[in-house]
Amino acid sequence: MANDDISLTVEPGEIHALLGENGAGKSTLMNVLYGLLQPDEGEILVDDKPVQIRGPRDAIAAGIGMVHQHFMLVPVFTVAENVMLGAEQTTGGPIGFLDRRRARKLVREVSDRYRLAVDPDRTVEDLPVGVQQRVEIVKALTREVDLLILDEPTAVLTPQETEDLLEIMRTLKAAGKSIVFITHKLKEVKAIADRITVIRRGRTVGTAPPDTSEEELASLMVGRSVLLRVDKGASEAGAAVLDVAGFAVNDDRGHRAVDGVDLTVRAGEVLGIAGVQGNGQTELIEAIMGLRPVVAGTATLDGRPMHGLSTREILRAGVGYVPEDRSVDGLVKDFTVAENLVLDIYNTEPYGTRWVVRPEAIAESARARIEQFDVRTDASGQATVGTLSGGNQQKVIVAREFSRPLKLFIAAQPTRGVDVGSIEFIHRQIVHERGEGTAVLLVSSELDEVLALADRVAVMYRGRVIAVVSPDTPREEIGLLMAGVTTDDPATARTGSEDD
Amino acid sequence: MTASTVEAAQSVVEPVRYWTRQRKVGVGLAAVGVVAALLFGSLATSRKAEFTLAETISGSAVGIDGTVGAVVFGVLAALAGAAMLVTARRWFGWLLGLGIVSALISFLCWQLSQAPDNLNTIPLGSVARSSVTLALPLILGALAGVLCERSAVINVAIEGQFLMGAFAAAMFTTLAGSVWVGILAAGAGGLIIALLLAVLAIRFLVDQVVLGVVLNVFALGLTGFLYEQLMAKDQSKYNQPTFVPEWDIPGLSKIPLIGPALFKGNIFLYGAIVLVILIHVGLFYTRWGLRTRAVGEHPAAADTLGVKVLALRYRNVLVGGLVAGFGGAYFTLLSTTNFNKNMTSGLGFVALAALIFGRWSPIGSMLAALFFGFCSALAFSLGSINSPIPSQFLNMLPYIATIIAVAGLVGRVRAPAADGTPYIKG
Amino acid sequence: MTEQTTASAEDLAAAGADQLPPPRTFAGRFLASMWTANTVTVTVLAVLLALVIGGILIAISDEAVRATFSYFFSRPSDFFTLSWDKVSDAYAQLFKGSIVDPATVQAAVNGTGPWERVFFPISETLTYAAPLALTGLAFAVAFRGGLFNIGVQGQAIMGAVGAAIAGFLLPLPVGIHLVVALVFGAAFGGMYGFVPGFLKARTGAHEVITTIMLNYVALFFLGWLIVQKGIQDPERSDAISKPVDDSAQLTHLLGFLGPSLRVNLGIVVAILVVAAIAWLLRRSTFGFELRAVGLNPEASRTAGIGVGSTYVMVMTVAGALAGLGGATIVLGTAVSLTGAVIGGVGFDGLLVGLLGRAKPWGVFFAALLFGALSAGGNRMQSFSGISLELVGVIQALIVIFVAAPALVKTVFRLRPAKVSGLGTGMSKGW
Repeated sequence: MANDDISLTVEPGEIHALLGENGAGKSTLMNVLYGLLQPDEGEILVDDKPVQIRGPRDAIAAGIGMVHQHFMLVPVFTVAENVMLGAEQTTGGPIGFLDRRRARKLVREVSDRYRLAVDPDRTVEDLPVGVQQRVEIVKALTREVDLLILDEPTAVLTPQETEDLLEIMRTLKAAGKSIVFITHKLKEVKAIADRITVIRRGRTVGTAPPDTSEEELASLMVGRSVLLRVDKGASEAGAAVLDVAGFAVNDDRGHRAVDGVDLTVRAGEVLGIAGVQGNGQTELIEAIMGLRPVVAGTATLDGRPMHGLSTREILRAGVGYVPEDRSVDGLVKDFTVAENLVLDIYNTEPYGTRWVVRPEAIAESARARIEQFDVRTDASGQATVGTLSGGNQQKVIVAREFSRPLKLFIAAQPTRGVDVGSIEFIHRQIVHERGEGTAVLLVSSELDEVLALADRVAVMYRGRVIAVVSPDTPREEIGLLMAGVTTDDPATARTGSEDD
Repeated sequence: MTASTVEAAQSVVEPVRYWTRQRKVGVGLAAVGVVAALLFGSLATSRKAEFTLAETISGSAVGIDGTVGAVVFGVLAALAGAAMLVTARRWFGWLLGLGIVSALISFLCWQLSQAPDNLNTIPLGSVARSSVTLALPLILGALAGVLCERSAVINVAIEGQFLMGAFAAAMFTTLAGSVWVGILAAGAGGLIIALLLAVLAIRFLVDQVVLGVVLNVFALGLTGFLYEQLMAKDQSKYNQPTFVPEWDIPGLSKIPLIGPALFKGNIFLYGAIVLVILIHVGLFYTRWGLRTRAVGEHPAAADTLGVKVLALRYRNVLVGGLVAGFGGAYFTLLSTTNFNKNMTSGLGFVALAALIFGRWSPIGSMLAALFFGFCSALAFSLGSINSPIPSQFLNMLPYIATIIAVAGLVGRVRAPAADGTPYIKG
Repeated sequence: MTEQTTASAEDLAAAGADQLPPPRTFAGRFLASMWTANTVTVTVLAVLLALVIGGILIAISDEAVRATFSYFFSRPSDFFTLSWDKVSDAYAQLFKGSIVDPATVQAAVNGTGPWERVFFPISETLTYAAPLALTGLAFAVAFRGGLFNIGVQGQAIMGAVGAAIAGFLLPLPVGIHLVVALVFGAAFGGMYGFVPGFLKARTGAHEVITTIMLNYVALFFLGWLIVQKGIQDPERSDAISKPVDDSAQLTHLLGFLGPSLRVNLGIVVAILVVAAIAWLLRRSTFGFELRAVGLNPEASRTAGIGVGSTYVMVMTVAGALAGLGGATIVLGTAVSLTGAVIGGVGFDGLLVGLLGRAKPWGVFFAALLFGALSAGGNRMQSFSGISLELVGVIQALIVIFVAAPALVKTVFRLRPAKVSGLGTGMSKGW
């Protein structure tokens, strides 16, 4: 059960924050409100009158709009087409020819009125994430909603864009709209909310005014106090393990995603890459792993060029890799835990040879690693991975990658969508590996995670590393860097384009 | 401390690789041209190879010495290939077209020059007409596919819909004595398979490729069974349909080459043209089309805006069934005189290939279907001039051409993003 | 792209079954396959449902039964009695033609009839089942590797060609000749499967399209080949090749009981190959790669498995299996190549592979069922006058119902249970 006896009241013209950690049931609640899921019991009142919301159509009619965490935009459509979909402007008549001119005009009007700066003629897939989000807001506003639900809207934004979004929310509030702001980020909540409702494990645990302290909110949220600080000693960085120079990589659509990146990761240090998602981090590490062609530049591992090596050769050369999207790239969901634990080494002794695999040996090693990495599953490892929780699935990947001797460990979003307990465990593992002298390259869109783990922080913006700074640099400064604003102080920052 | 924003200008320039796709294709084409010039040139005789725009081989024709023609056009193809090595990208399509056509003419010069007297003429008007005619069921089948797959239901069952349409058209035309009743019945026949496809794919979430394959076997068995139990026992009562009437468009049908191909047609030709236009306009300029494409690309987005995803899928799959069933009637009301077991002989699958080759667009599918029709028509013409190439190899031509087209020219095409995935709320 | 469908719990049951320690004995395996999950129930009900619909078709397509429609409301009993007679007779023939005819047993026991006639139905069933098991595997192996091999027919044709050529062109001693002919069949089929695999890996051309086209190419090639000098039977004017040498033919297993018992070594080959593929999928490195790539090519690539080379390998193996299927026909029953030498055994292989849920032993039992339907269908056609095409309808219906377990459960109001659907795990686009 994702929601259990939750009550929530939103006043007109109020920004109401819904606070809870990943998997607390925030999104489920809002999907019920928007008619995407049906409640088993309970009722919804709009303007004190009970309403039946059987689907999004009813929700829109009742004046409820929603901006989903994963945008509900058709990528190949233009902005205007996305906005008009479902409530099309037509020239009338039974055929319903689209009146694109009227649609464009409406988008412009709404965009101007709320200062959203959205161009109706752009194709959505070409727009930056922040603009796509504003398209979602336009979509809701053209349907004249009174209550707007924003589901984790800042997860994909730079600090700068977040600031802009908060400003938009204030404009909307001034125009009399109510907003439900779903998030797990305390700072934003305190900055904007009129009221805060905290939920945990599908239950409301309290409603708080915005002047409640962050510590108090955090402990409400997770039920105990959380430290996102990792105990780690000073780094004893050794020789360069990974050296990337002048890297350029294209994305799936042939657009330049990584554009001249130079990086060095040394033994025994964690290099964290900070940056908003979609600034080339994914393409960079995929190219290093041999999963994506390199357009220009070189990468060396321990001084040996990696060019032309297959992914398998790179893995076998002592590189561990936790991919960003575990269900797509990390695990074969219908394989057992045991099989997933040897997905990279099934044909090496003792698990198998060139010709045969040995299920017994695979199962035996699975038992040991399930125990060692505290994976909550059937001890024999014969359960399919898809049945495990997100955190335990991630532990399976980490366990697999740490079971080989590593020189370099690359982790992308290693704790995304993972419960707090697993986060702490995975962080400890990474620090431990660093202590063993492994070079660690960490990519995360959670700035807190990067700051907690990294010895040096490289900030990526539009395919370039625009600065490499110390993790003690003030958050605000890193935030500016993530938005592409560089300072000319050579001591703390260097621009990517000035590199050799 | 001054702040500046990093600009987006690209700083790393991709190292220019000499062997671009254009140059690779160019080398291949040049090689084909050289081979054509040498091989066809040496095989050809010095007798005349004649080309006429008419539908018959009598009348005025352009003639060329076989050997000279084979060599000249082979060299021309080679030159077009060579030109690709040095020209800009925008010439690629033109040069490729020129090269392929030249190589083809070189080949025809050889073929015609060795043909018996009075057969050394190729009537291009007739080739054009049979290209279009042979393409008709493929166009209709591919359109059925467009309707289904644009709303994300994969339709591998076009073949089955053809068969049911062909069967129903033959039977009801004979019973009612009217081709129009037969055509309506054909639509209903296609609809039956479409209904099964829709319910099983949308409601019961059966894998759509699996389902399509099985429905084809089902339709094959059902029509075969009914044919033997019913039709074969009394052919004159159940299986003697009349042809559809031919409707010439006065004036236009006299234009050389395209007149007979496009304006001396019948319900299938005009129906196909109208449907291509209707579906193209519908998909890209109407509310229905916008919603259909949204459902095919991102059904969840459409759903959150109140579009009834499943209802729209049902509707489109069923309309697709009607179109494919209509296409099936072609087999019994135009191309042959009665129904036979498995008479569509896999053309439904070719229609599917045309759909993919045509990148899921009505006009693209039509062009792909015409390409296949042309290959078949060419094979047929060559057969009629006593070509030394065995007829079996000529018959392979359209299929091999499709493989080359799909593998070489299309590659990884972008299907509607949600194609083949059932939509489950929540 | 990958909207998760109902795959989860249901496929887990299916995938999990693979991981159980394999029972040692054949009987153990049989029982295990009978009782895994609840799939048996659904399969049995699917067969039942298909037979019911087939019965309806038999009834309404019968002249006499249709005559009762005109007075149905005044005397409905006529309709029901006549229909029942017709359908029960047809299905009785189906049974007698595929398993055993009690009358012949009676006669043989009394000494008034030969034992040959007792074993004839089962011999026919096994004869049909052998190539079906192989072509079914050809589909199933590709399916497990994430590829939809519609080209089984073409691969089987090439296999038949290879086996036949080796069978009548190579002068080899008894024993070796047969082995060489089978190897030729597998090699020709394998090469023909390699092509779409290679095209897929290299250019991304979808295997559904390329394999369909290659089916036609193979068919035309066969049509050309059998009228060539040195291939065509010199004593015949029609399109038929020389017969395969006796030394290359598959031995008839029950030949000592009578010449009409066609069941041959083909069924033994099929069983051995099924066992080998079962081993391959579970215990071999290639099998591990095949299953991983089939279930999640992205994760496999990330873990260093060569997805493209696996596809090529999978299609080559699938083609070889189909080729063996074609070879068993030409070396076992057909003896000469003709334009329709393998009939529809390749296309039927798709259904067999699906019905067997793409698992080796499942495929084997599905092939037995389809073989029985074909054998019985022949008798039904000649004794009851019901077209053999009905068998095709029934086969398709069985697979449809098996593919839609939810439908069967709805029809029979079963309790929701773990039943694996077909390929729900690989629901994906082009």
